[in-house]
Amino acid sequence: MTANLTDTPAQSRAYRRSGTAWLVSAGLIAMLVLLPVLALVFQALQGSAGLWSHLISTILPVALKDTVILLCGVGLLAAVLGTTTAWLVTAYDFPGRGVLEWALLLPLAVPTYIIAYAYLDILHPVGPVQGAIRWLLGYSSPREFRLPDIRSITGCIFLLGFVLYPYVYIPTRAMFLTQTANLIEASRTLGISRRRVFWHVALPLARPAIAVGISLALMETLNDIGASEFLGVRTLTVSIYTTWVTRGDLPGAAQIALSLLFVVVALIALERWARREQRYSISAQRSRYFEPHRVTATKGLLLFCLGLLPVVIGFVAPASYLVTHAWSRFLFAGLSPRFLSEAINTVVVAAAATAITLLFGLVVAYAMRLQPGRMSIWFYRLSTMGYAAPGTVVAIGVLVILAMVDRLIDQAAIAWFGLSTGLLFIGSGAALLYAYTARFLAISAGGTEAGLARIPQSFDHAARTLGQTTEGTFRYIHLPLSKAALTAGGLLVFVDCVKELPATLLLRPLNFETFATHLYGEAARGTYEEAAIAALAIVIIGIIPVILLSKVGRPKA
Amino acid sequence: MDARVASKPANAVLKLNNISRRFGITDALRDVSLAIVPGEIICLVGQSGCGKSSLLRIIAGVDTPDSGVLMLKDEEIAGPSRFVEPEARNIGFVFQDYALFPHLTAEQNVLFGLKGMPKKQARERAAEMIDRVGLYPLMKRYPHMLSGGEQQRVALARALAPNPSILLMDEPFSSLDRGLREKVRDETLALLRALGTTVIMVTHDPEEALSAGDRVVLMRKGEIVQTGTGYDLHDRPNCPYAADFFCAFNKVPGIFRSGGIRTPIGTFACESILAEGDAAVAYIRPQAISVAQDKGNISGRIKGRLFLGEVEQLTVQVDGLSEPLVIRTMARLPADADAVRLTMPEGRVLAFEAQ
Repeated sequence: MTANLTDTPAQSRAYRRSGTAWLVSAGLIAMLVLLPVLALVFQALQGSAGLWSHLISTILPVALKDTVILLCGVGLLAAVLGTTTAWLVTAYDFPGRGVLEWALLLPLAVPTYIIAYAYLDILHPVGPVQGAIRWLLGYSSPREFRLPDIRSITGCIFLLGFVLYPYVYIPTRAMFLTQTANLIEASRTLGISRRRVFWHVALPLARPAIAVGISLALMETLNDIGASEFLGVRTLTVSIYTTWVTRGDLPGAAQIALSLLFVVVALIALERWARREQRYSISAQRSRYFEPHRVTATKGLLLFCLGLLPVVIGFVAPASYLVTHAWSRFLFAGLSPRFLSEAINTVVVAAAATAITLLFGLVVAYAMRLQPGRMSIWFYRLSTMGYAAPGTVVAIGVLVILAMVDRLIDQAAIAWFGLSTGLLFIGSGAALLYAYTARFLAISAGGTEAGLARIPQSFDHAARTLGQTTEGTFRYIHLPLSKAALTAGGLLVFVDCVKELPATLLLRPLNFETFATHLYGEAARGTYEEAAIAALAIVIIGIIPVILLSKVGRPKA
Repeated sequence: MDARVASKPANAVLKLNNISRRFGITDALRDVSLAIVPGEIICLVGQSGCGKSSLLRIIAGVDTPDSGVLMLKDEEIAGPSRFVEPEARNIGFVFQDYALFPHLTAEQNVLFGLKGMPKKQARERAAEMIDRVGLYPLMKRYPHMLSGGEQQRVALARALAPNPSILLMDEPFSSLDRGLREKVRDETLALLRALGTTVIMVTHDPEEALSAGDRVVLMRKGEIVQTGTGYDLHDRPNCPYAADFFCAFNKVPGIFRSGGIRTPIGTFACESILAEGDAAVAYIRPQAISVAQDKGNISGRIKGRLFLGEVEQLTVQVDGLSEPLVIRTMARLPADADAVRLTMPEGRVLAFEAQ
């Protein structure tokens, strides 16, 4: 109509209009996730010089040293356990292998603070294990014989390694299963023995998977607050917590949190470096599964027991401890109303956070589909960044933001209405929801993205040419086809919210207890009341993702 | 067929005027203009990456041109002043991968495009279309329970059900097995002709383009090279690219003199706009050269034989030519034949300027 419009790509804009709202929303979500980190940096820079020098001279050196030792130890233990168990169940065929394949995932259901809680009692000098050993050896009192104290950095490494090795086991096993079959057979025909195949073919091939697994396990280690605290290890995460909670020093906590963030960045850089140029293309062309080697009955039994060991230490022992203690507590006192209200708190907060996280994840992932390009990819990347940040870091960031917002609202309310609103957001559960969403958005966005990626672009075009709008296409095509991915993502987020401890501790409203914080409180006080029941509830909920994972990882017969 | 082609573009159902589209630094489409008359079946053909699929996507409205105007039934659907969303265009699309929705049955897939209709009427229409493609008994099946050919037919029924002004098909037969492909193609085209549907079909297969369309549009690097009937493009290509696309010619270099090309193997008459004394290349079809053991004015030596069934392809070295000639013949030469004699075609050959 008007000639001057011809110069501008008006048509493009007209077509893209449908996706713009999604893109803008994705941008806002990315900002929301990024904000706590920015606030953290801002707050850390505000800190007075005096405080910083105190931190440098007293807290940081110890915290950094403990953190680094813990990381090295857990990384090594998790790598050894994860890789050997993965090789065990893929390379050898023995009775019970099928059970072991999924049983090895079970320790994932036990959060770090729960395994520490359980083992503190199991390995207590007058506890069941040490008692049994003394009985066997004929000693009568802990004074005559006792094992080294679990409350040490070695004990912490040991316990964390046995619950975090599945992070290495899962990707490494997948790599062994799908990627190496042809290469391993080829190397056998080239005259390499079975034993040497592991060292010279399988292990180098699995290196990227192992690197990814270790980095995930170490992220969890950095995130841990309960185990380190119960076992007396003063990590950065513990220091952040005590600096804020016991000393009320927010700038100081922010500064330590920032140091922790640097450790995370270093870790990610290390992981990238470890798998540099190791992007093996995944050959989908009828990749066969690795044919395991059948072993003799005795050897098979030996291998089975070997494979079962991490399961027993990481899951069976703590879970049975929790079951017996929860049961005896239940018989003794039943379920207190307090416990029930905690159950409601836990589920309500987790469910609300899951709903928000799913919605946000969907927006971020869908914006990338509607408006593919650099911008939507960056929004996606920024939105999923929170997963790498430990819970305490996110929590301190959120705290800084909400404190600012609360102060602003309070001042405005006083100026305009003459009344104080107090701590509006910090006092409510909003802070908690914010932190959960920021931390776990990666799970829902990643899951949704993967689900959407399986839907070919031609489906969108087909739906559009058949008369559906963008919204209709989403509703009738994308939503039904990615339902499974959304459900799985939602479950994973929910479980992670239930298990989450550090951010919950820092951000919960006054007198608001969840299962996790209850357990922490009792363990910190050294009381053993209903904590076992709460812990058992968390472990049972934690089994959900294990079931999901065991289905995903299994080759179809 | 010829009547359709001759009809004036005034009654064109779809008109493309100077459509251009860039992706980064590459021109996917450059000033493409085309008019399609009702009931016409057009084959867009060219090597992969020539822009034929981009053109289809722009017509469908799932992509937008950077410049140019697209008119459907004299109404602007993409251009400087207007952009009609794909769902409002009433254009049917059959995709290379069929894009059947896996969570819907064949019937529901067809119903998907009929949501504007009253329910009962829509069901009747869907049943009718599924019946037309011969899948009535399989209507309640999900796509994964159907064979490749059946899926293709569901996709066709789905695209045709809303009675589109024009049907676009992107390599609709390429994912079928060779034997099945011809059968499905014949049935599909018969149905489309019976319904009088206007069709733009994209293909990379020269044979398919020649046999399927009323008109063939040959594209290269985002531009239309030549438009015409299959006979036009095959017999009278307007450039070496067009010639090479439809036939593996023997190219014999020579000099253009007094209405013909002089080459080491004889002088060939040609219709050419070349200037006297220009270096030129005579394009000779492999099946136009006859071969025998005893008669013929050029002697050659067999270097290779490839038996293709109906014909045999011979590679024959001839004195004076650096490249051997390729000949397709139905003559059965003895297995030990070595020296042969060739007869070049009479009449005009194709000729282009030497590059």
